[in-house]
Amino acid sequence: MLGNVLTITSGKGGVGKTTATANIGAALAAAGNKVVCIDADIGLRNLDVVLGLENRIVYDLVDLIEGRCRMRQALIRDKRLPELFLIPAAQTRDKSAVSPSDMIKLCEELRKEFDWILIDSPAGIERGFRNAIAPADIAMVVTNPEVAAVRDADRIIGLIEAEEKGPARLLINRIKPGMVKRGEMLSPDDVLELLAVELIGMVPEDENVITSTNRGMPVALDGKSKAGEAFRNIAQRLLGSEVPFIPLEEDGGFIDRITKLFRSGGK
Amino acid sequence: MSGFFERLLRRETNSAYQAKERMKTVLINDRVNMTSSTLDNLKSEIIGVISRHVEIDSDAVRIEMTHEGRQQRLIANIPLKPPRRRSSG
Ligand SMILES: Nc1ncnc2c1ncn2[C@@H]1O[C@H](COP(=O)(O)OP(=O)(O)OP(=O)(O)O)[C@@H](O)[C@H]1O
Ligand SMILES: [Mg+2]
Repeated sequence: MLGNVLTITSGKGGVGKTTATANIGAALAAAGNKVVCIDADIGLRNLDVVLGLENRIVYDLVDLIEGRCRMRQALIRDKRLPELFLIPAAQTRDKSAVSPSDMIKLCEELRKEFDWILIDSPAGIERGFRNAIAPADIAMVVTNPEVAAVRDADRIIGLIEAEEKGPARLLINRIKPGMVKRGEMLSPDDVLELLAVELIGMVPEDENVITSTNRGMPVALDGKSKAGEAFRNIAQRLLGSEVPFIPLEEDGGFIDRITKLFRSGGK
Repeated sequence: MSGFFERLLRRETNSAYQAKERMKTVLINDRVNMTSSTLDNLKSEIIGVISRHVEIDSDAVRIEMTHEGRQQRLIANIPLKPPRRRSSG
């Protein structure tokens, strides 16, 4: 059976595409799938450091496409998860070094060997996005609950539909449940209503994302973190399980939970 | 009794509510690329065309942008005038 190509994109930069690619990739691999993550952000290589594989790069995506190396030479195997691989971006080239048809051809090869091919798209609506979306079976749009990110997500969703790669699946990242509760941040429902797309996951703001990225260790492999759990749930949904969407809770401690219990009991 | 109004007031002044209301308009404009003056022109032309055939209550004509999922839609609501009775002298 041929593998699936999942492209992770956004309109606005910095919303969490690379974080999502690394973590969904790691979670799919941990669930027993053979996964390759492609960093399509040429010139702004990042996925390697988020995955902790930066010291092992010899060849990159452009080398592979231009025929300077063979497939297995460009694939970097993750030692923690032997079923997880990376094809890094070229750092010294720009996006014009790759065309949409190059990406389609490459993915045609990869589909035969991998269950999942994840493509980390650059931000924006130009060449880099076209390259990343061209081979996609599933297009995932990452956004934050914030006006500029939502507006740009809407643009990208429109383009995905125009390229007949829809329906886009929405990942809302960096949700702060406390702020949502106080009416200071768009809620996931608000964002969904505005964008009118299908939800694939909600990831809370979580400091563990930053600390685990510091270590080059995907947070999805951390059993306790809330963001990690959210990424694992997304992987499960991609695999076809119906994981319910649980509303995110304020990160209140034990005391907070106890007082809530009393309050609801007193009503 | 103040609870309801307080909540309503809080809702309208909270920033998430404002963000959502603003985004509704922004996204419609981004998606259909139609300004409010285009919409006004469209409305008066529609009134012109239709009143050539039937008598309408042109002050009550409403043309609104709505959406169903991501599909934007123009809805025209055009009340007709009741047929005039011939006044018998
Ligand atoms: N859920 C989260 N909680 C806390 N920090 C997060 C979360 N998601 C992402 N971040 C942080 O936000 C920053 C941007 O994330 P990331 O690099 O994944 O975004 P990106 O969309 O790939 O950016 P670019 O458009 O530049 O490629 C990073 O420092 C990352 O650690
Ligand atoms: Mg990135």
